[in-house]
Amino acid sequence: MSAVLPRLEPAGLDGWMVRLFDAIDEANMPWLTALVRRCEASFGDALVDLVPSYTTLLVVFDPLAMAPDEARRRLMTLLADLQPDEAGDDAEPRELPTWYDPSVGPELERLAERANMSIEQVIEQHSQAEYRVFALGFAPGFAFMGRVDERIACPRLETPRRRVPRGSVAIAERQTSAYPLVSPGGWNLVGRTSAVLFDRHREGFSLLSVGDRVRFVPVSRAEFERLGGDTRGMEANQ
Amino acid sequence: MSDVKTRFEVRRAGPLALLQDAGRFGVRRLGVTQGGPADPHAWAWANRLVDNAWGTTALEVTMGGLELDVTQETVIAVCGADLGATLEGNSLPLWESVRVRAGQRLAFAQPVNGLRAYLAVAGGFAAEPVLGSTACVPREGLGGLDGLGHKLEEGDRLGTETPTGMPDAGRRAPDDVRPDYATTPRLALLPGAQIAEFEGRSLYQAFNTAWRVDERADRMGVRLRGPQLRCRLGGMISEGIGLGAVQVPPDGQPIALLNDRQTIGGYPRLGALTPLACGRLAQCLPGQDVHLVATSRERAHSEHRRFRAGFR
Repeated sequence: MSAVLPRLEPAGLDGWMVRLFDAIDEANMPWLTALVRRCEASFGDALVDLVPSYTTLLVVFDPLAMAPDEARRRLMTLLADLQPDEAGDDAEPRELPTWYDPSVGPELERLAERANMSIEQVIEQHSQAEYRVFALGFAPGFAFMGRVDERIACPRLETPRRRVPRGSVAIAERQTSAYPLVSPGGWNLVGRTSAVLFDRHREGFSLLSVGDRVRFVPVSRAEFERLGGDTRGMEANQ
Repeated sequence: MSDVKTRFEVRRAGPLALLQDAGRFGVRRLGVTQGGPADPHAWAWANRLVDNAWGTTALEVTMGGLELDVTQETVIAVCGADLGATLEGNSLPLWESVRVRAGQRLAFAQPVNGLRAYLAVAGGFAAEPVLGSTACVPREGLGGLDGLGHKLEEGDRLGTETPTGMPDAGRRAPDDVRPDYATTPRLALLPGAQIAEFEGRSLYQAFNTAWRVDERADRMGVRLRGPQLRCRLGGMISEGIGLGAVQVPPDGQPIALLNDRQTIGGYPRLGALTPLACGRLAQCLPGQDVHLVATSRERAHSEHRRFRAGFR
């Protein structure tokens, strides 16, 4: 592992925070996903929840089934010989078909102006990169992905929108995401994906998981519609 | 769910009434929050008085305003806040199992003592679990009567699972488990990893101040007002947040995060309230004072075991 030694920090009555790294890095993710798998195997029924995120893994256990000290010892053992889980890296990245258009991506123009690029170049920048899912949060299935090329990175809107349409593809600073459900949001919208990011009837529920590699694949309006995408503009979603 | 019988019809929904089982677990890595009863103590007692197992779906009534028509005889128990509940206009005994009959009206008025009341019914309220739970989280559109996260609305029909046997009426919880929510609570807090990053004076203030519950309080979190706490850490890289985490944003005013909190966040934390302390805080009205009291893991753990041992 890198120079950082994992630390175990108290996180309430039923949790330990495993701090593996100090900085955001794609290379963290195979370590975190490996630890997730090992916890699942080791804690069994005493495991309540796991929340991997950027540099940490929050392990939530049932304090009636496992004493906090026992959970701590268990984690120390798992960490002692942890190896990164590179298995996912051989798989093809997840592809999110995305219709990039000012009617569904009202900040495309703003990003282009800031970067001194054409809208086409912004789209190219965003869609040619491969991103890594660092964390899920904010809403069910909302994946924080990075890192966006510095030239098209952009701070959040000063006033968040009250309703961001479902599927909206967005950028905030050097992160990108897609909104699984209609929700308030302050990220810069650049397009819309036809991918269903969260589905309560699908196995696993969320299309994306922490550690996944992801690409946004530009599609035409016709293709986007064919894939079931919602072409209605921002006004229709207010 | 062929055995489901309609027992109540919602005549008036009030501001917020939510079905809650123990919560939604195993899916927080997908960004799905925990949900479940904001006050697990009162929720568990209501279920226990009508012979329901831990985890049975009960109704969390916030503030009051709910009116239900009983359409079929059953046994209920209301625990937690005194929201001026009446049955047929007569004051309803709290922390006690009560037989209700078809045609009677059960009504909640407004807070008299505490904020959230729990209505449990023999057999439990029937709802299709979503992601393993009936816990209703409107923000996520998950759980509740229709599975889509809607709070109760006028006209809703509440069914129950058929109980194995009708529990006795008149069964009472012992007096010593019935809190007086108007008193100033001492909320047990387990210190967390960033506690040493707070300035000394701020640490003193954190545990020696009467914190005032702010208007901005809901099932996601409760803001506390008081002296401005200063932390040497600015923002942090977002990480998982447990139940009861007391985070301190740059304005120095702590927020205790409850059942419907976002799953990750990036503010330094004093630590985490115990689940029972979370429940006690959830019964506080805006303007009420609370104290934070540091506790040890051992003590919190044994207190939690004692609490859970009372419920099957």
